[in-house]
Amino acid sequence: MTTTTTTGDSVKAPVADAGRGASALRAQRRRKFGITLLGWGVALIIFFPIFWMIVTGFKTEAEAIADPSLIFTPTLESYVEVQERADYLKFAWNSVVVSFGSTLLALLIAVPSAYAMAFLPTKRTKGTLLWMLSTKMLPSVGVLVPIYLLFRDFGLLDTRIGLTIVYTLMNLPIVVWMLYTFFKDLPREILEAGRMDGASTFQEVWYLLLPLTLPGIASTGLLSVILSWNEAFWSLNLTTSQAAPLTAYIASFSSPEGLFWAKLSAASTMAIAPILIFGWLTQKQMVRGLTFGAVK
Amino acid sequence: MATLTLNQVVKSFGDTHVIKGVDLEVKDQEFVVFVGPSGCGKSTLLRMIAGLESTSDGDIVIDGQRVNDLGPAERGLAMVFQSYALYPHMTVEDNMGFSLKLAEVSQQERRQKVLDAAKILQLEPLLERKPKALSGGQRQRVAIGRAIVRNPSIFLFDEPLSNLDAALRVQMRIELARLHEELKATMIYVTHDQIEAMTMADKIVVLQGGVVEQVGSPMELYHHPRNRFVAGFIGSPKMNFLKVEAVAGDAQGVEVRVPGGDTVKVPVEGDEVAQGQALELGIRPEHLMLDDQGPLKASVSVIERLGGQTSLYVEMDGDLLTLMVDGDVTHRVGDEIRFGFEPGRAHLFGEQGLALASLERHPLASLTRQDNRAASTAEA
Repeated sequence: MTTTTTTGDSVKAPVADAGRGASALRAQRRRKFGITLLGWGVALIIFFPIFWMIVTGFKTEAEAIADPSLIFTPTLESYVEVQERADYLKFAWNSVVVSFGSTLLALLIAVPSAYAMAFLPTKRTKGTLLWMLSTKMLPSVGVLVPIYLLFRDFGLLDTRIGLTIVYTLMNLPIVVWMLYTFFKDLPREILEAGRMDGASTFQEVWYLLLPLTLPGIASTGLLSVILSWNEAFWSLNLTTSQAAPLTAYIASFSSPEGLFWAKLSAASTMAIAPILIFGWLTQKQMVRGLTFGAVK
Repeated sequence: MATLTLNQVVKSFGDTHVIKGVDLEVKDQEFVVFVGPSGCGKSTLLRMIAGLESTSDGDIVIDGQRVNDLGPAERGLAMVFQSYALYPHMTVEDNMGFSLKLAEVSQQERRQKVLDAAKILQLEPLLERKPKALSGGQRQRVAIGRAIVRNPSIFLFDEPLSNLDAALRVQMRIELARLHEELKATMIYVTHDQIEAMTMADKIVVLQGGVVEQVGSPMELYHHPRNRFVAGFIGSPKMNFLKVEAVAGDAQGVEVRVPGGDTVKVPVEGDEVAQGQALELGIRPEHLMLDDQGPLKASVSVIERLGGQTSLYVEMDGDLLTLMVDGDVTHRVGDEIRFGFEPGRAHLFGEQGLALASLERHPLASLTRQDNRAASTAEA
């Protein structure tokens, strides 16, 4: 708000009053500098724990518990030990299968649901959407016992399929919501034109809706992958070894060996590395998709 | 060959009736325009014909077949949308050929048909472009081209020119009229612009509040409006209305007292008119004439000079009347003017705004665009 006022003043300033205009310009520049500084500050605070974790992973255990210092000789010792204790690749593969699998499944269910809600709404559509979102407000632990019992009875404990199902259900409300908003932004008339041209509902979705909302669908998918990848509560409670993803891998180092900071850091670094690189590669797509409707 | 019949067509959303029993006959190769103020149901009616909206009651019949339960594509119609609704991710060629692709027409045949349509609309150089890279007028032509490619029995247009600027609109209007001649197709066109309706239609359907107010040729609507609404809606500037009192009425006409005390005998059926009955006198601005002996007197409050013509706005009993007069009049604001009109040009509206029927039918009242053409070929 204040920024616009300043700009307004400097624009309005008559030529004779150049001094005042220049000072307004200076004030604006100062403010911009301040905001930049603040932005960097916040970014550094957010990034610092990750940075510290990566650094600690390259220390020896002794250095890791000693006074915090950035001066040390980097070593891969912890990484070697971590790899000896648990097969990183097995956990990573589970993470990949479960997060991408659940995302695919969620999209398969959400695309038709969001289509129906966006283009064939009924009186209860808004209510349904809100109800779906409200399930996200429930603490997961509240349904732990029923889910656990169901999983036990259906033989889904410690299976990738089981975890995929839970993640799908977990992300489905968000995925439907996001797709719904992206679909809603598409002019109805384009689909109607398709219908006039003889498109069946499936052809309408396949030839028109999906290609036109691809940026939105992609960012929804990316978000779903990231949320599944980082999920820890269900993976810790429903898996033990066979289907355990990377979150369980980190946890396996933290409980018995909570004091071995270097090894824990090394394991954590390895666990977050894939998703960090994935997020970095796709960040353009993410931002574009997430601001898809907002900046038209 | 394509005819359309609407038989007591109704559209309701719950208890709200948007279309309240519309009857209509559209003949083969006719250019029919639905016109009315926004919210009158004209677009809904078009969408019902297209099959994009369901029909609550009544029958929609195309070429003798009831199509109520058929999907939009099965009705064999094509529609041009107000926003053009081009597929943004496809080239012009793919946009135009999409319906053929869905119908599994071979690529070669598809290309040929698209090229044929592109030729009619001069779109050949643009076939590889995406809609984003086209101007408004070009997009409009692509949307029409997409309709032509389908070779529909009836073309439907939903306010297709309202997103174009004024000059382009006139040009597209002419182009559409030319296209109608060339394709010899039945066309139904929705607009809120009465000039588009007057210039393009063989038959105008005036709608208000989901009800057909009048159906007729442009000249019929202009010269013989059925009621006050149609009289005010058709014609630009709007018709003037004056509150008058009937002095006497018989088979030769109705004598009314106009503001200022004079009486005028208007040649309309007056058998039913009682003495002292309140009526409304309607006269179009172009039919009011400056006349020093005229029965009406008022002072000029606004002058708009268009060059060839000048609009004088005068205040009379609190109503603003418009006179379209010669461009060279020298009047100024505040001048007292006297004016009159030919009684034969005036309209009288009785109860509920219904017009009293004219004794004589205007010679051009049944003229259609086809007649215009016949006349011009005869002259040549």
